[in-house]
Amino acid sequence: MKLDLSLYDKVFENRVRLQIMSVLAANEEYDFNSLKELLDVTDGNLASNLKTLEKEEYIVVEKSFVDRKPNTRYKRTPKGLKAFENHLIALENLIKQQYK
Amino acid sequence: MEQKDLFKELGQIRSLMEKSSKFVSISGLSGVLIGFYALLGTLLGYYISTSHETSMNRLRDNFTLLNIFLILAIVILVLSLLTGWLMARRKAKKSRQSIWNITSKSLLFAVSIPLVTGGVLALILLSQGYYHLIAGMLLVFYGLALTAGSIYTFPEVRWLGILEICLGVLALCLPDHGLMLWGLGFGVLHIIYGFIVYKKYES
Repeated sequence: MKLDLSLYDKVFENRVRLQIMSVLAANEEYDFNSLKELLDVTDGNLASNLKTLEKEEYIVVEKSFVDRKPNTRYKRTPKGLKAFENHLIALENLIKQQYK
Repeated sequence: MEQKDLFKELGQIRSLMEKSSKFVSISGLSGVLIGFYALLGTLLGYYISTSHETSMNRLRDNFTLLNIFLILAIVILVLSLLTGWLMARRKAKKSRQSIWNITSKSLLFAVSIPLVTGGVLALILLSQGYYHLIAGMLLVFYGLALTAGSIYTFPEVRWLGILEICLGVLALCLPDHGLMLWGLGFGVLHIIYGFIVYKKYES
């Protein structure tokens, strides 16, 4: 049987990007510092992967100020959620495939 | 990718989704301890009220007894909050998480609305002299607070909340047994709940 890889998303091959999307799929929104603490990654690594997801239009960024400190929050887009769900289906299919 | 890696990957996604949206640093053992404080407080309250040979209906004439009850309740509340906070901080440290994060903030916010409402209502009932309704009313609102907060933490909290509401309604119907039902709700139920959470998630 030929393996259907149309649902598999190359964007999520990067671990951090897949993790970010998991968090944003489970929560309405998440801010930069909370993401950093949860995923235990450096500022630069997180920022560059967030940028990629933003460019793909998988997430949107909202910047504001709380007590004069910058507060950056991220939200998933419908497109991003769909891509994430499809990617999970692709991973599940891969597992099923190997069982055969 | 190997199949084992795929399973691991899916498992990690799942746990990350859980971890990012639920506050799981609440310690089960602290639930057991808080239950014991409440039981002790109830016994002490029972002892005081019987030694005064007063029923709840006569509380109105007996301001000192009311004050003793109030002070006892506040001491237990403060002690319980302190225990819960300290033990949650310890558990959070172990899993290298902070106790003050998005999930704990959401949890506190969800819990505080019914709690503050219940507290204000209790003060109103107190000032109007409806002492016999306070115990049941507070149990009901505590239960509502737990059910509201349960979406941000262990699913067992929802059941604890529903049972507290049932006991509260019962206490409103049987105001003479308010103290005993308090002991059941804040004491026995917390001990059982704490033990279940400890067994299930911590050992």
